[in-house]
Amino acid sequence: MSRLIASLAAAAGLLAATSAWAVEISISCSALGKEYEICKQGTDAWAKKTGNTVKIVSTPNSATERLALFQQLLAAGAGDVDVFQIDVVWTGTLGNHLLDLTSKAQATIGDHLPAMVETSRVEGRLMAVPWFADAGLLYYRKDLLDKYKRPVPQTWADLTETARMIQEGERKEGRNDFWGYTWQGRAYEGLTTNALEWIASYNGGTIVDEKGEVTIENPKAAEALKTAAGWVGTITPEGVLNYTEEEARGVFQAGNAAFMRNWPYAWALAQGGDSTIKDKVGIAPLPRGGADGRHAGTLGGQLLAVSKYSKNADAATDLVLYLTSEAEQKRRAVEGAFNPTIVSLYSDADIAKANPFIGDLVDVFSNAVARPATVTGQNYNKVSTEFFNAVHQVLSKRSKPDQALNRLDRDLKRIKRNGWQ
Amino acid sequence: MIMSSAVAQAGVSAQHQARGRSSSLTRSRVRAAWLFIAPSLIVVTLIAGWPLARTIWFSFTDASLNDLSDYKFIGLENYLANYDGEWFGILIEPDWWHSVWNTLWFTVVSVSLETVLGIVVALILNAAFPGRGLMRAVILIPWAIPTIVSAKMWSWMLHDQFGVINDLLLRLGLIAAPVTWTANADTALWAAVMVDVWKHTSFMALLILAALQMLPQDIYEAAKVDGVSPVRVFFRVTLPLIKPALLVAVIFRSLDALRVFDLIYVLTSNSKDTASMSVYARQQLVDFQEVGLGSAASTLIFLIIALVVVITLAAGRVRLGEDPR
Amino acid sequence: MKLLARTGFWLLVIVIAFFALFPFYYAIISSFRTGSALFSVAYWPETFDLSNYFAVFERQPFGRNILNSIIVSGSVVVLSLALGITAAYAFGRIAFRGRSLMLMTILAVSMFPQVAVLAGMFELIRSFGLYNTLPGLILANLMLTLPFTIWVLTTFMRELPKEIEEAAFVDGATPWIVVRRVFLPLMAPAAVTTGLLAFIVSWNEFLFALTFTLTNERRTVPPAIALMSGSTAYELPWGTIMAGSVIVTIPIIVLVLVFQRKIVAGLTAGAVKG
Repeated sequence: MSRLIASLAAAAGLLAATSAWAVEISISCSALGKEYEICKQGTDAWAKKTGNTVKIVSTPNSATERLALFQQLLAAGAGDVDVFQIDVVWTGTLGNHLLDLTSKAQATIGDHLPAMVETSRVEGRLMAVPWFADAGLLYYRKDLLDKYKRPVPQTWADLTETARMIQEGERKEGRNDFWGYTWQGRAYEGLTTNALEWIASYNGGTIVDEKGEVTIENPKAAEALKTAAGWVGTITPEGVLNYTEEEARGVFQAGNAAFMRNWPYAWALAQGGDSTIKDKVGIAPLPRGGADGRHAGTLGGQLLAVSKYSKNADAATDLVLYLTSEAEQKRRAVEGAFNPTIVSLYSDADIAKANPFIGDLVDVFSNAVARPATVTGQNYNKVSTEFFNAVHQVLSKRSKPDQALNRLDRDLKRIKRNGWQ
Repeated sequence: MIMSSAVAQAGVSAQHQARGRSSSLTRSRVRAAWLFIAPSLIVVTLIAGWPLARTIWFSFTDASLNDLSDYKFIGLENYLANYDGEWFGILIEPDWWHSVWNTLWFTVVSVSLETVLGIVVALILNAAFPGRGLMRAVILIPWAIPTIVSAKMWSWMLHDQFGVINDLLLRLGLIAAPVTWTANADTALWAAVMVDVWKHTSFMALLILAALQMLPQDIYEAAKVDGVSPVRVFFRVTLPLIKPALLVAVIFRSLDALRVFDLIYVLTSNSKDTASMSVYARQQLVDFQEVGLGSAASTLIFLIIALVVVITLAAGRVRLGEDPR
Repeated sequence: MKLLARTGFWLLVIVIAFFALFPFYYAIISSFRTGSALFSVAYWPETFDLSNYFAVFERQPFGRNILNSIIVSGSVVVLSLALGITAAYAFGRIAFRGRSLMLMTILAVSMFPQVAVLAGMFELIRSFGLYNTLPGLILANLMLTLPFTIWVLTTFMRELPKEIEEAAFVDGATPWIVVRRVFLPLMAPAAVTTGLLAFIVSWNEFLFALTFTLTNERRTVPPAIALMSGSTAYELPWGTIMAGSVIVTIPIIVLVLVFQRKIVAGLTAGAVKG
């Protein structure tokens, strides 16, 4: 009996001693199957190293709902989540509730892709650290390009022509639900990324330029939108107006499309064991607007940030720095094909061996177009919403490109009324 | 409480005294009424009072989700304001009025369909036939699937390329080419109506069924003996008798439909062309962080719904204070 | 003629059953399919692959989620009915001043969009220390179920003949006894129906459940299903979502079949009247 009491006392003492320095950090990194596993391995390693514990909080799948939940938590000043995984365009929106990491991350921040670092800043202060990068890519069917003896399209005109040709050919062979090109046209953030790619590839600017001037009303942008609107109903199913990433992938992966615009994630799935198009898929940079245009994929990706309301801010910051470190990013690239944000990793031999396509992406990332989230700050969501609604109107033939852009220009200037911040 | 019970007593007592009841009985019943209502009232005030008051208050401020403690009173500026000769505010916002129109259209169409179908289903379930219990369970299934899931499920089924609905209709020869149900603003709202009807008809049917089963059977016996046609019995006897319950069901369905959110949000392309009032309010409140504007939109939704309810009640000629029969 | 009417009746039953069931049937079929197969149309189950069902329980504490949903919905039903029946008795059977005003106030609670009260409710629940707890969810859901419970029960209460309670009052019974002994049995069918409706409303509630809970162990079924995910960011795991939906629909079907007799009991209430 006395032994039991003694051991209990010892256990209690140990517990008290541990709790004096060990803390529990909760992190909202992705709850998705494989991403969760890889995130958990990373946090476990940190927990083992520091003696703290880490709890992973699962959040909604849809980015819009995830942002809404984060806003709710942060606006109420709730310290329930210490570390947030945020999208590159959320920094301005959430910045006010995040901890300034400028001094803590100073030593390593120079190693990251400059464009990604730029998305982590609010008015010059670093509010988050880049974790992994994403950009829009063109997926094509190698077998079909061979069959019709066409090269990988370099301009949108090439793509339109090739897609039309393949679509007509396949339909003649009785595949009536075959389409040339699928992408994301639902009125949501994804359409902003798609449309920005078209406009930037025509050198039509990025809606709002770095100085904060609204630049969207220009003939190049109108031309880009006109081209895209011409696809709907010809080489692209009309249903694209309600497609997100998964619907577009559905059509492509069922073998019913020659081209698709999507994020790098679709690669692993298209090459999956049960995929009907396994080994028939290639990826390339998105086409240029014309001979003088440029390849433009919209920059996406995720950052890690620390809540201002965290009770264990130091430990949380340490976790963020650990997870975004070179070693951890390398591990994630090898095991989960997450595209690192640290430039030197793109020439890493181990990564190239595990996921050869990552090496090809470095150009895509360095040329990627950033959405005007940093300059518009708090107002980014409004700008993006006005933009994708205007584009959606053009795509659904409810208004002409120049009309829509004219109205958009007016609406954006109205939002800007007292400056962006 | 004493005051009000005394006044109330005056109203009721005449009727009771006619029957020779003592007024102390009435008084104790009125006291009991307050005691019985108190718990519900406390709960409603507690859980709804603060959030509602807060929303209305914020609609007169420039609060932002960015920093909720830092805001100032700006009067009606969220609703309507003039800066430098240019008008601002929700009341002149075409997007807002578009969402109001979408919502009203959606509500009228879906609730009407649900009422008619709900009566049909309730009458069927009220008839004696083998397998009635099973049928009851069957009509409840659509309702038991969480909205968020059924909206996703339907959007999958309505997909223009690999959706089962297009496939089915094509096979039956009802359409010649796949229809882009949810992408096109014109058909998207119809698709939303269809899913809403699919999901909520059982709510109507159950409430009507409960009312049907409380009807006295002797009237029907008498009608049967007299050889009155069932259609006539329905319109002359059944419908008037179930009207109060029907009206309550219609009101609650309309309240739900007027606040429709998940369905439109998940099912349609989410553009301004199909947005509902709640989608608009949420966009302001959350996506744009404009707590002030969003609260103003919410308050307007509240006012519009209140108006609709009052009109419905008036049209149904139901007086709330009606004495128990 | 009679044959025609019978055929028409059964035809109607079949059409309604088909409309109600087909999506659920399609969900069941989809729940047996995986990967690329989901991107094609099938009308008959080709395979009986149960891996999605195992995945539902493996990837999250789904059993716990179901239990949470049952606790929350059950408590909401009990509380709504307890509060609703007593309030409905007062509203439906006793004339007092301010009655219609109060009924309107209670109704008004249902006129605010859920998205608008979310933030205020969040603060409220946090200030009670109920964030990420089941009682917090129960409280929030009452806001959705209580108004219609009171209203529906009040309508039914009014329909009952006056004589029913008079006799009891003459015998010196208190209002409380009258409610319990006289009205409770008579209200059974209406109470079962509204109870069922309240159960389903809170069983389906998503927005509150998502916002007021944080950890998987505290979530109810709808957010648990909505948060189910594929292996990467944009991939939607249709198979597991469908499997989860099928699993959670079954308790409701069982519930209806169990309370089936109670709903029929309404016929006896009519008999009392006649």
